[in-house]
Amino acid sequence: MTLMSATKGLCARTMMELDQSYSVLREYGSEQSLLSKPDGSSTFVQGDTSILAGVYGPAEVKVSKEIYDRATVEVLIQPKMGLPGVRERAREQCVRETCEAALLLTLHPRSSVTVILQVIHDDGSLLSCCLNAACMALMDAGLPMSHLFCSVTCAISKEGQIIIDPTARQEKECPALLTFAIDSAECNVLMSSTTGSFSVQELQQCIAISQKASEQIFQFYRDSVKRRYSKIK
Amino acid sequence: MAAGFKTAEPLEYHRSFLKENCRPDGRELGEFRPTTLNISSVSTADGSALVKIGNTTVICGIKAELTTPPSDAPNRGYIVPNVDLPPLCSSKFRPGPPGEQAQAASQFIADVIESSDLINMEELCIEKSKLCWVLYCDIMCLDYDGNLLDACIIVLLAALKNAQLPEVTINKETDLAEADIQKKQPLKINRLPVGSSFAVFDDSIIIVDPTAEEESLSTALLTVVTDEEDRLCAVHKPGGTSLSGEKLQHCINRAITRNKEISKLVNKVTESMKTAK
Repeated sequence: MTLMSATKGLCARTMMELDQSYSVLREYGSEQSLLSKPDGSSTFVQGDTSILAGVYGPAEVKVSKEIYDRATVEVLIQPKMGLPGVRERAREQCVRETCEAALLLTLHPRSSVTVILQVIHDDGSLLSCCLNAACMALMDAGLPMSHLFCSVTCAISKEGQIIIDPTARQEKECPALLTFAIDSAECNVLMSSTTGSFSVQELQQCIAISQKASEQIFQFYRDSVKRRYSKIK
Repeated sequence: MAAGFKTAEPLEYHRSFLKENCRPDGRELGEFRPTTLNISSVSTADGSALVKIGNTTVICGIKAELTTPPSDAPNRGYIVPNVDLPPLCSSKFRPGPPGEQAQAASQFIADVIESSDLINMEELCIEKSKLCWVLYCDIMCLDYDGNLLDACIIVLLAALKNAQLPEVTINKETDLAEADIQKKQPLKINRLPVGSSFAVFDDSIIIVDPTAEEESLSTALLTVVTDEEDRLCAVHKPGGTSLSGEKLQHCINRAITRNKEISKLVNKVTESMKTAK
């Protein structure tokens, strides 16, 4: 089991949520290889939001779902309470298509890659945490990827201020919420999911802020992989 | 000979057209298919509309029912959109419970209604904590040829503009609701959100209004919803290959022009309904 948490060089959000800490990500951390059955597993924690991800693959696929030249990616998101509903399906579509773009699916035709995400606690930025957990789990499973991805959520407050990695309370108060997935190769937008209305300038600002924040998360991925594999003799 | 090439190498076939900056059906890269709109076609519904974007045909029916308001928002009503993709519209949809695409589309429409502030929910409330309207918007695709989300937004907007709700009063003595079917009021629509869908080919070429074939060959799909004040209500890109900032800006500009075209169409059809009466 490898435990990595990013505490140095990252200001944790204070309990009072002062104005100046709004452009900083909450304290995040991840743990890999914690489950024995899945081929890859990870948890990703952002502040109080926590997601557990498990990856199975490449494995057998049902004949009805098989694609002749590529692997089939399936994503299941289990909410904390109740059965998965329409909201989870929409999130699954976002996670699935982002994973499909990153994975080298043509290396495993007629196989399936299944990503299962369990919501442990939701305190805002849920879709971002799901994507980050999925990426760490795919890395843990050793599936070949052309690039890594990470996700950042921005909220635009009533006064027009941009809050990064909002908590559930901040999400409820802000009229607009934007989630982006950024790729590690060219730092471009892979996935975009927004609610609420905003202007074009606000969108461009949020993308720029997300790209900057993604650099921190990619550095964290690199550090965690480095630390993990430097232990192997 | 072309038909054989198209079946054997569909991607190369499309690429040969894109190299010349056009598409197999003769359109430009930035051209939408002809859009036609028909309202009030379903007489049993409180409001209805049918839209055709090229071959993609989507119909929407609005049924209004009375219910108690939610306990956490006692002065608001409900709008419940549901997108149905029956096996009728395309061979890729099997009978049974709604698939992922239908559910994701339903969630997207619900988000657009909420984000664009299309209808003031407080207006759907008849009496606080006691009675409110719930509008069931059933959107059904009859012919799937790509660009489902744009068609769903247009058809929903037109159906809501067309919807007439009877006046409801609560009888003081019996405490029951009484609906006066003779007196009907249209809904007050605040905004005109219009969507524009784009497909990305080979990570570099962006085409507007993809057909079903183009969607299956594309590497990424993007839908931008704008309202009449040029504010964005949704930027929906559920994954796929990455998009740079300038290309995204180019798509947003195209979406803003499309908004004006569709607003004119919807207003023209609604006005023609009024004059016809």
